[in-house]
Amino acid sequence: MLSRTADHLFWMSRYIERAENLARLLDVTWQMSLVPQSEEAANQSWAAIIALNSLEEAYAAKYDTVNGENVLRFMVSDHDNFSSIYSCLRMARENAHAVRGTLTTEMWETMNSTWLEAREKSFEQIVNAGVGDFFEWVKLRSSLSRGTTLGTLLQDEAFHFIRLGTLLERADNTARILDVKYHVLRPHGEEEEATDFYQWGALLRSVSAFEVYRKVYRDVITPERVAELLILNSDMPRSLRFCLNGVVKNLELLSNNHSGETLRQAGQLYSQLRYGRIEDILKDGLHEWLTDFMDRIYLIGNGISKDFLVPMDEAA
Amino acid sequence: MNFYNEMYDADGGVREHYKHYETWLKGTPPERIERKRAEADLAFHRVGITFAVYGEEAGKERLIPFDIIPRIIPSKEWKAMERGMRQRVKALNMFLWDIYHDQEILKAGKVPAEQVLDNAQYRAVMKGVDVPAGIYAHIAGVDLVRAGAGEFYVLEDNLRVPSGVSYMLEDRKMMMRLFPELFARHKVAPVQHYPDMLLEKLRAVAPQGIADPTVVVLTPGAYNSAYFEHSFLAQQMGVELVEGRDLFVKDDTVYMRTTQGPQRVDVIYRRIDDDFLDPLAFRADSALGVPGILKAYQAGNVTLSNAIGTGVADDKSIYPYVPDMIRFYLGEEPILNNVPTYMCRKKDDLAYVLDHLGELVVKEVHGAGGYGMLVGPASTKEQIEKFRQLLLAKPDGYIAQPTLALSNCPTFVEEGIAPRHLDLRPFVLSSGKCVNMVPGGLTRVALTKGSLVVNSSQGGGTKDTWVLED
Repeated sequence: MLSRTADHLFWMSRYIERAENLARLLDVTWQMSLVPQSEEAANQSWAAIIALNSLEEAYAAKYDTVNGENVLRFMVSDHDNFSSIYSCLRMARENAHAVRGTLTTEMWETMNSTWLEAREKSFEQIVNAGVGDFFEWVKLRSSLSRGTTLGTLLQDEAFHFIRLGTLLERADNTARILDVKYHVLRPHGEEEEATDFYQWGALLRSVSAFEVYRKVYRDVITPERVAELLILNSDMPRSLRFCLNGVVKNLELLSNNHSGETLRQAGQLYSQLRYGRIEDILKDGLHEWLTDFMDRIYLIGNGISKDFLVPMDEAA
Repeated sequence: MNFYNEMYDADGGVREHYKHYETWLKGTPPERIERKRAEADLAFHRVGITFAVYGEEAGKERLIPFDIIPRIIPSKEWKAMERGMRQRVKALNMFLWDIYHDQEILKAGKVPAEQVLDNAQYRAVMKGVDVPAGIYAHIAGVDLVRAGAGEFYVLEDNLRVPSGVSYMLEDRKMMMRLFPELFARHKVAPVQHYPDMLLEKLRAVAPQGIADPTVVVLTPGAYNSAYFEHSFLAQQMGVELVEGRDLFVKDDTVYMRTTQGPQRVDVIYRRIDDDFLDPLAFRADSALGVPGILKAYQAGNVTLSNAIGTGVADDKSIYPYVPDMIRFYLGEEPILNNVPTYMCRKKDDLAYVLDHLGELVVKEVHGAGGYGMLVGPASTKEQIEKFRQLLLAKPDGYIAQPTLALSNCPTFVEEGIAPRHLDLRPFVLSSGKCVNMVPGGLTRVALTKGSLVVNSSQGGGTKDTWVLED
């Protein structure tokens, strides 16, 4: 397969996954903001989303204050913000367009019509129809992309690069969601409050893990178990361990003469998740652990680009 | 002016080959037709069968309007056209071989040598290069129009990178999806095997000694106006769609960069103009091409399709000589008519053209896509005066032809069904002695009332083309 084709497939799936995770994050933040709380606390959650995407400067250039409406507008529909859902869907479609011959007709038509519909939605229309509906729509379109990929694409190299992009992006995004929410939720310390239950519940729902949690633990929601579920569970499709397992598998199937080092790094990271314990991770500080995890995911992404795709410096 | 109507004869009767269709059209409720037209529009959008228009916002894509009334050609007429095109393309390929080798036709004085050798499209780098099977234009688009009492004329030959074949195929697919009942009632000759035929031809012209040649389609990229077609053809043939940056040349051999390392490429169906093909040989500022590809080509290690330097044979200043080429190389009389052409570089012709600007069509010798032309009868005084100045300043840059009374065909437009002018571009494929084509081609239709310019860049639409089998 052409390196450039693999590159477009990899990024196509990363962008669609990113749009979905962003919709999930905004959705949970929006839901949490409906629970009675101080305005300061609410705005803190919105600010965290900006910080999470390292967009403080770009945001400040457009808005003076951080509040729900501004952040939603910036992260949902802003054409200039390359991290907005709008931009992610555009980039997903542009990458798909560049390799439409490699995609099945169903995949291409899904990507293209997602973009055509997204383009027609103004922020005002989205708000009037209910932002929740919009986030559901984004999740649905992402599911549809995955579904057509699984249901129609030959499981050859193209498929593995698409999976690699999806899983790597998802690992990064789950880690980010956990990092930002854990951070915001922890300061209560020992004083458990009723709102905490709703906050944790919303976080779990944002990664489709609320029912999963019930099934796995059959017990009250505690921060430690939430972290354990999202980091170490082997069967939860959005957990870090699940994602890394898939990354390693797909990398093995794709391996070429110079991809050994990247595979080693991914394998090593996977082993830590496979054999790690949540107590050890929390002991050294979850934030520190997640920061290190995200750095390593970034390095693996770079390694994949260098070994198979269009090297970053050439792509510019 | 009287125009030949494809569906009705001069007395208003329905022509034999349109009888079934006309009955169906009359008997089908307008709501159903309207619904089907909307369905077609939606489907074309979703599938993304679009093209970009130069001069408009970058990355913006437009739909080519599709008309549901087919252009029907009876078998007998098609057979004559087919023979004519086969003859014409054969002669054009022989002409190209000749002018890059012994130049017999120039020595015989049939075509003025300076017309060929001083032509900007004549590529001296091709002199003495032996292309496989002596074929230069593996893919030729011959633009045909019907005029006067119904006879066909060749309007121009497209031997560089003719486009539009994907619309021919998609239009057929759409018609079969919308109106399957029509295909049960007509024996429409199939065209869907075009990509297979193309792949077979491309493989047939691979460099000698390559048992299982690797074929690729080379595109300028996703922002090119014909990108949909490039990607469509690559997919249909099951070959890689590459951009210049995906290829590199080492030891006069072309490779593509793959996830498993370099892979050799043997045949390149390139959809990039000569000028942009190799920054080392042609335009140095081209970012679309592949440095060193010309040397690999000259060494015979890769086949380019079409060959470099075909532009000299489809140039509008060479066009008037094609009938003589047919006589010279094949010893046959041309089957298809040429449109009488005034060459403005000739003093007498220029004087005539300047006196009759209001009646003639004036074209730039190197122009294409309906840009840079004057349709006298449809132009204002100012436009005509502007062209007069252009002609006086650079007479050898222009030719002129009588304004043809192009045939028309009933077409859906805003006010209902009305006649609109059309042309036809069949795609002629050559390798060695074999010249083949699928029956039909791309029918383009001018949607503006009275307009004679059918190019999609000028707001033209397309129709499915049906060649009926006996």
